[in-house]
Amino acid sequence: MKLLVPVKRVVDYNVKVRVKADQTGVETANVKMSMNPFDEIAVEEAVRLKEKGTVTEIVAVSIGPTAAQEQIRTALAMGADRGILIEVDGIVEPLAVAKLLKAVVEKETPGLVILGKQAIDDDMNATGQMLAALLGWGQGTFASKLELTADSATVTREVDGGLETVTLKLPAIVTTDLRLNEPRYASLPNIMKARKKPIETMKPADLGVDAAPRLTTLKVEEPPKRIAGKKVGSVAELVDKLRNEAKVI
Amino acid sequence: MSVLVLADRSGSTVSQPTRSAVAAAQKIGGDVHVLVLGAEGADAHAKLPGVGKVLKAEGEAFANGLAEPVAALLVALAPGYSHLLAPGSAGGKNVMPRAAALLDVQIISDIAGVIDADTFQRFIYAGNALATVKSADARKVATVRAASFDPVPAEGGSAVIEAAPAAGDPGLSTFVGAQIVKSERPELTAARIVVSGGRAMGSSDQFKILEGVADRLGAAIGASRAAVDAGYAPNDMQVGQTGKIVAPELYIAFGISGAIQHLAGMKDSKVIVAVNKDEEAPIFQVADYGLVGDVFKVIPELEAELDKK
Repeated sequence: MKLLVPVKRVVDYNVKVRVKADQTGVETANVKMSMNPFDEIAVEEAVRLKEKGTVTEIVAVSIGPTAAQEQIRTALAMGADRGILIEVDGIVEPLAVAKLLKAVVEKETPGLVILGKQAIDDDMNATGQMLAALLGWGQGTFASKLELTADSATVTREVDGGLETVTLKLPAIVTTDLRLNEPRYASLPNIMKARKKPIETMKPADLGVDAAPRLTTLKVEEPPKRIAGKKVGSVAELVDKLRNEAKVI
Repeated sequence: MSVLVLADRSGSTVSQPTRSAVAAAQKIGGDVHVLVLGAEGADAHAKLPGVGKVLKAEGEAFANGLAEPVAALLVALAPGYSHLLAPGSAGGKNVMPRAAALLDVQIISDIAGVIDADTFQRFIYAGNALATVKSADARKVATVRAASFDPVPAEGGSAVIEAAPAAGDPGLSTFVGAQIVKSERPELTAARIVVSGGRAMGSSDQFKILEGVADRLGAAIGASRAAVDAGYAPNDMQVGQTGKIVAPELYIAFGISGAIQHLAGMKDSKVIVAVNKDEEAPIFQVADYGLVGDVFKVIPELEAELDKK
């Protein structure tokens, strides 16, 4: 079975982002970029399935600027076999990403697509579900466990209050939650080998997809700041403040 | 203009996030209808003030909230509504983007404010920026961030209850089972007080000492990702960007350093207390009251102090 794994180039999760002074967005120039952490989990899961023998080929796809090649190379160094980069500048919303991925899925005919549950920049949590809808496939979102057979996927999902298990007919869509696995680090020899693996480049127009955004961002602001608090010297003082000053207990 | 709210499945009660979603719907304006999945909850939802009609979808596929049949039902109902909303809980996040794509609409996830019928606010970058977005889509599909809207009361209304139109199950997925964690404590996202533990709790047995404080305060118990990953607490207790978002009146963080991802889930709390032995921990920058000290010394002292009255 062939697997497709979409990966996104995002501001590294350790970076404290700054809102631009003109309120048009956040500062992304000269900021460390990385693969979205949930996508690393998706690549890792795909590679583990290949190591078990259920999967024969892994294709990593990214939609974004030319520099998103770096994130595809990271996926290749982790064990993906080849890459596809759809070059787009500016913001591409989940609906447009899902349409572009649908076109790739129709060309590549994978048995399963594994995506991260959300990107840590737009925090949308939507692309996997939207792709499943456009393809008319079943979806197993927020997966913390995945078992694959030739014609079905059993997914344990993280839901409010606990876990839930569903079985999906293949082909299907799975999105990863944090506890699905712990992604590996790419070794230096594998990073070197990844340089030789092929990356195919295309544009949205090649796939016949209109990637124009539906949402216009009117402004981006700093969230309201909390007023700095004070340190208390003892538990007795803390309880006194909570009872008599803040009046919350 | 009319708004359809997909309710959380919560047995015969209404979840607090659903009441917040109804509050957001009322800010948009127009008639507000609620879609209830399963046979149980319709009566409770009909009591929500300001709700005109409750649609009840019965049948096994709906009772289990499977995304494929529920999204198909929403699409069937969509022509009657300008807005489709759901709480930003696991159920809403699973279903609404699917319904949006079927309607060729961009979902607006976790709205934190309603400016007008087309314009909404939402947090991006783990709560570090607040974006105002205007949708050009003819129909808006959105999930609602519960912590940003005061929930409507649970009683006071008397909506009519109707059966939702029949919609078939596309048969793409099958519900196998669920393991739901039983808890006597208030629900994390609805609690007035939340007591949370981090990696410093040290073990799952030691994590349980939070229960003493939680019992005295009538609080829910939360956890940081570090505590969940270390196996000290189950994943549904996780507060943060990838877990639950809470905004209680009082949030007490024991042994939590305060990573950006954790702050995203709790920084709208009214009063934040941090107990940490590292006085440089970033959590102290958002805490109203900070106490530098070892959680294992502070917790018994705190229990004794709370018992004094």
